[in-house]
Amino acid sequence: MADKLRATQQLEALQARHVGTGHADTTKFEWQSNVARDQYSNFVGHPATLQYMSIGVGMPRALMRNQQIDKMIQPMQPPKCIVY
Amino acid sequence: MTTFSSMSLYSLTLQPPSSTVQAVTGDYVGSGREQILCASGSRISIVQISRKRGGAVIELFSEDMFAIVRSIAKFRITGVTKDYIAITTDSGRFVSFEFLQTTHKLRLIHEETYGKSGVRRVIPGEYLAADPSGRAVMLASIEKNRIAYLLQRAGRSDVTISSPLEAHRPQSLMYCLVALDQGVDNPVFASIEANYGRIDAESPPGTDATVDKHIMYYELDMGLNHVVDRGFEKVDRTSNILFAVPGGHRYPGGVLCCGEDSITYLSMQRINATRKRVAIPRREGPTEDPNRKRHIIGGAVLKRGKTGKFFFLLQSEDGDLFKVSLDSVKSRSFEGVETPEVDRIRIKYFDTIPVASSICVLKDGFVYCASESGDRAVYDMVSLGEDTEDPEYDSTQFPLDTNEDFSVPFFTPRPLQNLSAVDAVPSQNPIMDMDVADMTRNEAPQIYTVCGSGARSTFRVTKNAMAVLEAIDTPLPEPATEIWTARLTSEDEFDTLIVLSLISGSTLLLRVGEDNVDEAGSIGLLTETTTLGVQQFGEDCVLQVHPRGIRQVQGIEYNLDEKDQVVATHGRITDWACPPHRTIVACATNTRQVTIALSSGDILHFEAAAHGLLAKSETQIHLDDTVTCLALPEVPEGKTRASFLAVGVGDQTVRVYNLIPDHEGQVLQEVSLQATSAPATAVAICNMRDRSPQGYGMYLHIGLRSGVYIRTVIDEHNGELRGAQARSLGHIAIKLARVFAAGEPAVIAMGARCHISYAHPQTQNLSTTPLSGAHFTSSFNFSGPSFKGIIAMKSSELRIFQINDLTKKLSENSIPLQYTPRKLVRDPYNELYYVVQSDNNTMPHKTRQELSAKDVNGDVSMNGEQGMGELPATEFGYPRMLGSWASCIQVIDPIAMQVTCTIELEDNKCALSAAAFSFDSQPDTFFLAVGVAKDLIFSPFHFTSGGVRLYKLTSRSTLEFLHETPLDSPPLALLPFKGKLLTGDGRNLTLFDYGTKSLLRKARARNCVPARIQDLKTQGSRIVVADQAESVTYVVHKEQAHPQLLIPFADDTVTRHTTSIDMLDYNTVAGGDKFGNVWLLRCPKEVSDAADESNDGQHLLQSKKFLSGTPNRLDLVAHYYVNDIPKAIQKTSLVTGGEQIIVWAGLQGTLGTFLPITSRRYFKMFQQLELAMRLKHKPISGRDHLAYRSYYNPVKAVIDGDLVERFLLLSRDDRERIVAEIDVGGARLDVDDVEAQIWLMRSYYAF
Repeated sequence: MADKLRATQQLEALQARHVGTGHADTTKFEWQSNVARDQYSNFVGHPATLQYMSIGVGMPRALMRNQQIDKMIQPMQPPKCIVY
Repeated sequence: MTTFSSMSLYSLTLQPPSSTVQAVTGDYVGSGREQILCASGSRISIVQISRKRGGAVIELFSEDMFAIVRSIAKFRITGVTKDYIAITTDSGRFVSFEFLQTTHKLRLIHEETYGKSGVRRVIPGEYLAADPSGRAVMLASIEKNRIAYLLQRAGRSDVTISSPLEAHRPQSLMYCLVALDQGVDNPVFASIEANYGRIDAESPPGTDATVDKHIMYYELDMGLNHVVDRGFEKVDRTSNILFAVPGGHRYPGGVLCCGEDSITYLSMQRINATRKRVAIPRREGPTEDPNRKRHIIGGAVLKRGKTGKFFFLLQSEDGDLFKVSLDSVKSRSFEGVETPEVDRIRIKYFDTIPVASSICVLKDGFVYCASESGDRAVYDMVSLGEDTEDPEYDSTQFPLDTNEDFSVPFFTPRPLQNLSAVDAVPSQNPIMDMDVADMTRNEAPQIYTVCGSGARSTFRVTKNAMAVLEAIDTPLPEPATEIWTARLTSEDEFDTLIVLSLISGSTLLLRVGEDNVDEAGSIGLLTETTTLGVQQFGEDCVLQVHPRGIRQVQGIEYNLDEKDQVVATHGRITDWACPPHRTIVACATNTRQVTIALSSGDILHFEAAAHGLLAKSETQIHLDDTVTCLALPEVPEGKTRASFLAVGVGDQTVRVYNLIPDHEGQVLQEVSLQATSAPATAVAICNMRDRSPQGYGMYLHIGLRSGVYIRTVIDEHNGELRGAQARSLGHIAIKLARVFAAGEPAVIAMGARCHISYAHPQTQNLSTTPLSGAHFTSSFNFSGPSFKGIIAMKSSELRIFQINDLTKKLSENSIPLQYTPRKLVRDPYNELYYVVQSDNNTMPHKTRQELSAKDVNGDVSMNGEQGMGELPATEFGYPRMLGSWASCIQVIDPIAMQVTCTIELEDNKCALSAAAFSFDSQPDTFFLAVGVAKDLIFSPFHFTSGGVRLYKLTSRSTLEFLHETPLDSPPLALLPFKGKLLTGDGRNLTLFDYGTKSLLRKARARNCVPARIQDLKTQGSRIVVADQAESVTYVVHKEQAHPQLLIPFADDTVTRHTTSIDMLDYNTVAGGDKFGNVWLLRCPKEVSDAADESNDGQHLLQSKKFLSGTPNRLDLVAHYYVNDIPKAIQKTSLVTGGEQIIVWAGLQGTLGTFLPITSRRYFKMFQQLELAMRLKHKPISGRDHLAYRSYYNPVKAVIDGDLVERFLLLSRDDRERIVAEIDVGGARLDVDDVEAQIWLMRSYYAF
């Protein structure tokens, strides 16, 4: 029992440390949100990608950046039905 | 057994990226003046703006970091007189450097590993801020992780760094990080953050809008050695950028927080208490939407002196600069200390400059604008914006709450008043498309690019040529063959005589006056004979070598007579006559030595004796072959003679003789010999800058009759020749001239084209580059009182020009375009280019004209004031209009470099793709097909209709619209195919033939690719289809089947977000993707054969699909990460008649190549060299080079030539150590072999 508890604690510590670490009960929404946040932060982090997008819509890079980080707040729309 | 890939490539960058990620001012040299540190792509560079040279931008240093540079900052440790450089890259390491001006190197101070490599969401490095007092730096990731390092001085200039102090905030997104100016208080960093912790699966859509943004203050407690939360305050939801306000006890400190329509002042000391806000003024004009709110995207603070006033220059997304100043009053804090407190913010329109990714304001008044698009600009600040009549607004007029009503501030944009443009640094960033072609048909192929975005778009032609600054271009009275310049005495500073040997067999003598050139008058030199050489000799003699002898004139002087006329006088004339029945065929001179070659094969040597007389050497050389040319170096400073003589002999050798007695006391002994492939027509010996310990080396330059130019090193002690490098410059015999370019010795080689051979000022590499501009056949160094440069002539044209910048070997020429170019299409028949251009969220041309016209009609009493429509869009941009498109098609004549036709699209349509071709059914007509979309929105992808518009080219400057064929979705790619037109409309591939009312569909592959067709290329019946997200698909066209079939038969296993492809051969395709990779894919031979086998394609249709794709898969041949998005890729050659290579152009302004390595031996050599460079001379960013080039996929079959070329910069010892370990089997390689091979890769295929 103690082993199991420790394993759980270790896992929780890991999850706190490494954002996005999944667990057995990760929902599709959580997983998708995580992937989407990774994706937006990558758009912002790679200068060429950010420039590519900003030219596409004719927006300065600084604003495109801001817009992409804004999208990280709620990257996925909530699931239509909640699966228990 | 080692296995080799079937193809091996060598990647070489021709032009580094020019897109600026960030630019920071600082005194990195320690000279008391400010420089600018720029990060672009994987490079960092330090540039200086020179007041002396009228604001010219001079690059002091540039180095490839081999990593994605994410953020840069500067810090200055107390007691040190220069700024240090801090950089975060994708290496997962924090690195800091000191720039050493003398060695042009960065000295590593720290390399602290803090996390994983790569650009990740939670790995710090996205943000970097350094405390203005240099005590700490903070690094942050977009989400959660923030770490700080304390910096301390140890010893005189060493800096110690603490272990990382963590201040993580889970689920908190950072938008901006700045270091506050705290004076002597603990360092504080402020950031804009939003916490998404309360968003979960149950949050309804739109909850994100209710998440607040806060300014967080992180205080670094120097005593406790950890990061303390100093509180937070809520700011406007749209806030995006922060600026630190100067602090300390003289200035108020705090931050400016900018968001949509607001600039707010906040202070950490009195959270929520001292807020002041101004709205951002909006443009007034007929085409402007008065309700559009502006944002601040960047800016800089300008502080005059240590105690003077300060103000901010903040730029809005339109490019308008606003002067924001803070009024402060003294207030007494509870501790009894008087501190300034802000009581009002004022904002005033300053000027409009292009939208910049960074604006740098230098202390000496220059403003450096690192434009997001197009050339970087330098401005001089002529006034501080106090005298202009623009309206000023202040914080008393605006409520703190952004939701409350206020009267909107407006201003009228106007041309520059406070700034004046002084210089522009050409930049191709962003390159949208590229084509390599030889349109001018007389030189090597040119690189045509369409660059820029919005109104700052340009069409550019880039050539491998060094720019020259022309001063004089004048005709000569008679055609001449040779030109010389000479001083009159050894003390003269400037050249006085210009001597021309004329084609008619006589000599023309000219004198350079104060401001003119006129006849030299009678100065004793012969004019009725051809001249072979002219030289200022000894103390005060001028020497003329002519076929029959040598004439020496002493004491030539120009004086003014009584009538103020210039009169020439001269002293004694001494003649040395040739032995009978002999003539002089070649001569070489310097200020103390003369060598002549006689037609008999004898070489006579003279030296200066007392009173400038010629003393013939007792020894003379006799050769059985004819002597073709001679060369003497300049007399070294402090010596009486030069040490070697080079002789080009008709038996295809160049021999070197000693002029300083050897250990047996002999002179004119042959010391070395260079065999050449053809007789030498010119030789020159020149001291040039190199990387040897002395800084200079002696070089022998040889020009051959076959047009080959050879450069070898002469050992200064024993005259031995080594390290010969040859390069073919065409098929015309080469002549050489020793000149000075940018103050350094250089050699001009005149053959089919004129080339200059010089040492690169920064790397000291010896390079050979063509000179841009007209051709000439003879040239000589020239230094006049008002001009120092090169004098050159061709037949009867005389030119004087200067070479100022040896760092750039590409010269470019550009013309403006209308909107952001999307595709560049070459018309193969008419030598024209078509550029389709479109701008999103921009007011279309027609609306703009209507609104401007209405304004002029409606309001006549504008009393001469300019309306918005009349301001140049290149500076002010087009008026914006959400959701609408401005788009046009332009026809460009690349030879005349002009736009010959512009067709604006209407009805909110945008042009996406184009193809120039002719239908088989209409063989004599040239068509242009343009793919268009109506009401296009990129994300989420949406449109109302798509189609192909067909135009007929009726003349070189007119296009006639024929018809528009609707398609299911907008075509992003069009391709002429077998006399018909192939369209990639969405997922479908459709073949169209000509029809009078619309195009007629002949064949179609429905859902050919999984996402959207991006690019098409063809050879024979095969079409390679690039998908926007799912790599490439090979399609075969079966035209004998009825109906005709387009059958996809092979695709890829990896999803590649392809941007551009080109076919290398029938089975191989090279492509680039949106993440910055370049890859080669190949169709297996049996699959390829099977696809072409049957005429009906039945077996292809019947074969089973594999994993919901096509039946077959492609093989990956090569893969390489280039750190720029390839926008165009082309198989072509860059040198006349050269081998085919892959040329690619990157979005950020990179021009790169992939060269084939044809020998396995050299492939092994390069592989081992690359490995050695990776391990022993690691890139300074701390990034593992192999991991960097394998950023997304492991690098395959590509050698990084940029890394390999760094080998040339190593010291001789290091090079020898590396080469000693290279084992390629067979004979061992030495350093010279390796170097020659590296040079060859560049010069053979590219430049």
